[in-house]
Amino acid sequence: MATTARIGIGSPLSRVDGIAKVTGQARYAAEHKPKDMLYGFIVSGAIAKGRITGIDDRKARGVPGVVEIVTHENRPRTAWLDRSHQDQLGPPGSTFRPLYDDKILFSGQPVALVLADTFEAARHAATLVNVAYEAEAHNTDFDKAVAERYMPSKKRDNYIAPKKRGDPEKALAKAPLKVESQFHLAVEHHNPMEMHATTIEWMDDGSITVHDKTQGSQNTQAYLSSAFGISASKIRVLNPYIGGGFGSGLRPQYHVYLAMLAATMMERSVRVVMTRQQMFTHVHRPAAEQRVTLGAEMDGRLTAIVNEATTSTSRYEDNMENVVTWGLMNYACPNASGDYAVAAMDTATSGDMRAPGAATGMTLFEMAIDEMAEAARLDPLAFRLLNYSEDDAMNGTPFTSKALREAFAEGAEAFGWAERKAEPRQMREGRELVGWGVATGMWDALFSKTSAGAKLSANGDLEVSSAGSDIGTGTYTVMTQIATDTLGLSPERITARLGDSDLPTSPVEGGSWGAASTGAAVQMACQSIAAKLLKAAGKVDGKPLGSAGIDDVEFVDGHIVSKTNPAASVSFTDAMRAAGLNSIEAEETATGGISGMISQMRKSRNTHSAIFAEVKVDEELGVVRVTRIVCAVAAGRIINPKTARSQILGGVVMGIGMALHEETMMDTKLGRFMNHNLAEYHVPANADIDAIDVIFVDEPDPEVTPLGVKGLGEIGIVGTAGAVANAIWHATGKRVRSLPITIDKLQD
Amino acid sequence: MNRFSYARPSDVADAVREGRPGDVRYLAGGTNLVDLMKENVERPARIVDINRLPLHDIDDLPDGGLRLGALATNADTAWDKRVEERYPLLASAILAGASPQLRNAATNGGNLNQRTRCYYFYDTATPCNKREPGSGCGAIGGVNRIHAILGASAACIATHPSDMCVALAALDATVRVTGAQGERAIPIADYHRLPGAEPQWDNTLAPGELVTAIDLPNERFTEHYTYLKLRDRLSYAFALVSVAVAMRVEEGRITQARIALGGVAHKPWRVPNAESVLHGETPSQNAFLAAAHAITEGAHGHGENDFKVGLVRKAIVRALAQAAAGTPQSQTDKRVA
Repeated sequence: MATTARIGIGSPLSRVDGIAKVTGQARYAAEHKPKDMLYGFIVSGAIAKGRITGIDDRKARGVPGVVEIVTHENRPRTAWLDRSHQDQLGPPGSTFRPLYDDKILFSGQPVALVLADTFEAARHAATLVNVAYEAEAHNTDFDKAVAERYMPSKKRDNYIAPKKRGDPEKALAKAPLKVESQFHLAVEHHNPMEMHATTIEWMDDGSITVHDKTQGSQNTQAYLSSAFGISASKIRVLNPYIGGGFGSGLRPQYHVYLAMLAATMMERSVRVVMTRQQMFTHVHRPAAEQRVTLGAEMDGRLTAIVNEATTSTSRYEDNMENVVTWGLMNYACPNASGDYAVAAMDTATSGDMRAPGAATGMTLFEMAIDEMAEAARLDPLAFRLLNYSEDDAMNGTPFTSKALREAFAEGAEAFGWAERKAEPRQMREGRELVGWGVATGMWDALFSKTSAGAKLSANGDLEVSSAGSDIGTGTYTVMTQIATDTLGLSPERITARLGDSDLPTSPVEGGSWGAASTGAAVQMACQSIAAKLLKAAGKVDGKPLGSAGIDDVEFVDGHIVSKTNPAASVSFTDAMRAAGLNSIEAEETATGGISGMISQMRKSRNTHSAIFAEVKVDEELGVVRVTRIVCAVAAGRIINPKTARSQILGGVVMGIGMALHEETMMDTKLGRFMNHNLAEYHVPANADIDAIDVIFVDEPDPEVTPLGVKGLGEIGIVGTAGAVANAIWHATGKRVRSLPITIDKLQD
Repeated sequence: MNRFSYARPSDVADAVREGRPGDVRYLAGGTNLVDLMKENVERPARIVDINRLPLHDIDDLPDGGLRLGALATNADTAWDKRVEERYPLLASAILAGASPQLRNAATNGGNLNQRTRCYYFYDTATPCNKREPGSGCGAIGGVNRIHAILGASAACIATHPSDMCVALAALDATVRVTGAQGERAIPIADYHRLPGAEPQWDNTLAPGELVTAIDLPNERFTEHYTYLKLRDRLSYAFALVSVAVAMRVEEGRITQARIALGGVAHKPWRVPNAESVLHGETPSQNAFLAAAHAITEGAHGHGENDFKVGLVRKAIVRALAQAAAGTPQSQTDKRVA
């Protein structure tokens, strides 16, 4: 028997959904066109706060093809209880209900939905809906809001309060070295390529199929069921393909609500697609202000950390992030405290965007660490190693694994860090100053209870499935590899299914838990199939495998093979035929188990990274080029080095955007974000991206999750902007404490 | 997008006839107009699609100059051998703008007539005197880091976003137009206008007039030239400031220097009197700095764009140094030369 090389876990299998995507076969939410579908176009509000005093839609209704205009005045009834409108991930507060009443809570809020037979008629009519407002005083100035920062009485589920240790105030008073700096991060919008969209198929039997751009089919299903009072069994949500999420699709956005509202009102199929401009009227990464005060001995050993931060939220929900905990966890320092609060503004609620909390709080903290390294006259990498904490320094717990030291070593070697000149402005090439910076990244290694199904057909084809989503991260591919590994089938024989609320239960895709959680569930389901196959093989005449147990056999190329006697084997087909089975099915749920729960309490679980950045800055003009990044990642077991690398590349690119480009600019007079398009909201272009080297350091960690996988969706962005900012200091001698570092901030 | 009537004439006379009635827009590449229609900023009652007019060619002029058809694409113009060899400044400026896909669609006439990228102009929920005369200027006292520092008015601080036009200004190009009254030629310096009290008018075209060509004079700045563009990322962004320089250096002295600025005003900014301070000078930082101050005299910001005043002066000095040294800025190597 040929023993083909295993192409399962650890192999760089190309994305199994790649061909469907690049050939246009993959259909996204707005690419479905049910019979008699109406096109919905959203009318966005113009003021930040106040109330609607009148809506004149006469002209709009006169546009040929317009069927209905839905407003708060004529909308159908929906559930009246506030909590019926909450979704699985909603923070404490009162969820925004589109077209609920005359109140305006933020600029760009939907105020009407035009329904027409054609998209063009709907869009044109939307411009003719005349809305009159009575404006009230608003505040969208973050600095003013910070002055009234507060700690919400009800905390968000995943909020972790910073734990104080020692006496940081006293330690600061005594510290021979002290650095106190205030940092700022601009509001960013996620800007996935695919705009938020929903196509609702209104079925003849009264059931509803929702093609939605969401990161969680079952979250959207539960939300719609609850908000509209329709049994979940009548609502099927499909999201097999998602054109990027970055967190923008974690919570159901207003497009899906409006589509459902229209569909139930008209009892017809409806499609609603947000414009790019409307993508700037909902979730965004909050603005942040972070003040970091550090104390150290003359030799650079940290003695005190005070880490304070405020992030923006709306008036109606308290979105909270874990901003200040990262620095406290990562550094050995006997005295440390954190203080976090939110500041409410008249905007839509901020929300999770790639590495929420850490991308902000760890990045800005790492900029402060760089300042202390300078004060201590230490190389910033040496400073980090001097203050390295083997354990989670905030919680006093060991990590299941932490190969950050190895990441620093391998990253520094690949980067050539040893050649770095200590002082700033010492390296140059022609008119350009060259700077090298380093930062640490950190994220949670999360695991979330997830179910998966597997079905083996008599012809040897296997389907594995879960309701989760592949937001471009490679979940389909990872599922395929795990199934390949467990059952010894070639990837071509395996179909992975995701993005369907009818499939086995899965949480929303986000937080980098997908590979670890869905992967574990798929493995269990496949193991269950394996056990059933072995039992079936016992029915084959002559019992070629004797009384072999599951540990005595391997699954290779569609056969069950005895480990001790490779000549003894039974094909899957023969086993199933002998047992009279047309198919074998299994569904399993990965929970992490009791030992996992105990371990969760006793040990911290995190990914770590070391980011090294090189920048070249035109000395006179302040033009910055990021010419090299090395990102060394410690993330446990890597299932697929190819998709894993892509995850990190994407995160690093987004981190470069955070460092240099991304900023949604607020007109505080109008209370409105102004650069709401991709011409003026800048993300890195190709020219901005140069060499990016990704290294995965060896970090075996059987304890962290069932597969030893830590997840990679977020870690690439965390700290990257800090490394770039620190490199800009090293090049120019200038500390820019406000991200993004645009050219104006580098003028004398 | 509003409903509109549509005509697709095949000669210029027909196009101008079609273009006469009131609220009409000529459609060429559509890279700006169609966007603006989707945003409900432009609401023409009539579209005259001019893509079938015979204005796609680039022709030699008898005097040694070059005539760029209004419908020749930006890409075809930038990569035309004659443009590359005789007007490398123009080729460079075109390649500094937009993306390859846009340059493949955008035309020379359309580039002249593209509208500002002011945030408020694009957002119909906000005041803008250019879009809605009399509604006010949102950018003054608002978000204005990309706005004008020269020649602005109390009614408007928008900038003209073109790169190509900045080079055309430095090259003393002439815009040829045809209207109901016949043909006329407009020097590029008089083609775009300052906003004054009527920012709704970007240029001096009479209603219904159609750009047919851009003529480049037989003055070949092929050695001492540069186009330097500074922006918020290294490609695919409009200029915060840009500088086109066309220079002659004879026996170590500057005999002619033309400096045009982009991203700083409602039109490509030139001050011929300021350029003359360089005449007869040997290239030096001091001479360049004096010219930079002279051409930006009176420049002032509106808050967020205050930085542009210093930045544009530094950019002028650098661009003059590049031109004098005969080391023009590459549009592919993102390092500033």
